Amino acid sequence: MGLVSLVEHAVKKPIWDCRMCGQCVLHDTGMTCPMTCPKTLRNGPCGGVREDGRCEVKPEMRCVWVKAEERSRTLPLMPQDWRDHFNNLRPPVDNRLKGTSSWRNLLSGRDRETPPGWTPEAEAEKAEA
Amino acid sequence: MSRLGELLDQGGLIITGEAPVIDGGTLADYEAKLAELAPWCDAMNATDNTAAHAHASNVAMAIAMQRLGVEPILQVVCRDKNRIAQQADIMGAALHGVENICCLTGDDVTAGDESEARRVFDLDGPQLIRLANSLKEGRYLSGRSVGTPPALVIGAVENPGAPPLDYRAQRAAKKILAGARYLQLQICYHPDRLEAFVAALHEGGWTERCAIIPTVVAVKGAGPLRFMDSAVPGIAVPAETISRVADAEDPAEEAYRLVLEQSRHALSLPGVRGLHLTDFRKDGSMERLCRDLGIPPRSERSTTRADHDLVRV
Repeated sequence: MGLVSLVEHAVKKPIWDCRMCGQCVLHDTGMTCPMTCPKTLRNGPCGGVREDGRCEVKPEMRCVWVKAEERSRTLPLMPQDWRDHFNNLRPPVDNRLKGTSSWRNLLSGRDRETPPGWTPEAEAEKAEA
Repeated sequence: MSRLGELLDQGGLIITGEAPVIDGGTLADYEAKLAELAPWCDAMNATDNTAAHAHASNVAMAIAMQRLGVEPILQVVCRDKNRIAQQADIMGAALHGVENICCLTGDDVTAGDESEARRVFDLDGPQLIRLANSLKEGRYLSGRSVGTPPALVIGAVENPGAPPLDYRAQRAAKKILAGARYLQLQICYHPDRLEAFVAALHEGGWTERCAIIPTVVAVKGAGPLRFMDSAVPGIAVPAETISRVADAEDPAEEAYRLVLEQSRHALSLPGVRGLHLTDFRKDGSMERLCRDLGIPPRSERSTTRADHDLVRV
């Protein structure tokens, strides 16, 4: 782990229980880390959420996505576009980035790289035009 | 094109069914197991290790159904396999003519009888829908060409009855945007929740591009209702629904009345295009249910809208 990743982990672990996926989406998910979901879901709650809002896998904890959804609406001081991004389709995790600094990957744009087959043809054409 | 694909295009009533799982036996044994429900269904789900219990694989099951003249819907879950294996399964099934795909995140391993297994979840449900869409467009996720793209009919699932309730329709819309053309819904024992969910999708215009197919489950008594309530993640059965069946003079008959009522209610909601039937009774109730609902067997149903309207009345 490089120095930047060490500092990042030191800051984000105690606050968000950061798992160092290297492609942080906290700002889009109500400042709630989706990698703490036992299924590591990045696109919303699974269908197994318990009646009381607790996790299917770990009943002792509240569903990460129930929390995220609530916070994306209610957290103060959050820019509106962070709130608006909540329902974006987030791409599959790039497992090569695990353990690297998402701050560095954000600056270099590495965290926004997706597999060539991920973007539908229509959208890819629109982006090129 | 698959019959399900035609129905989605032409607007006809869609009846799907949950095919029984396979644990050993021959094709002939399986044919006998399918016999009760199959004549009523346009297509049946070839499930993918339901509730995290190992069974004959989804792909093998879909091919078996195909050989027996039953149109399969290949369920693909994210729990057991990574994206490479998921693509291989979809392409492998397509080789055998399986076009209907249903993308699920899937129950966790802790829901099954081998909780010590490693969970995968390389992708999640919405990502899997997008992946299937890429294959349909002729590319693997890597961008490598598929050659002749499979004519996939892509669908997904959603649970209208689990928290966060107000968010579920938005999550469904996300799946529709990712490429889902039909959504099979988890069984919902709170009619008000189902109604609010479907209404939100209908008002948002989403039901124009995606068929909503609620699940109904036929059970024999209060036992399975209690089981679903306590042991199946994401399903809650109100106490009064359980006692309504448990305290009835004839619990089996009351359980039938419940599923008939749920079916009528679901079909009455604007935006609902059909039903997904799950049968735990195995006593001819599915035929009775379809007849009571005015739904003829598949062989007598057309794929056009007129047929659908007939049932709604």
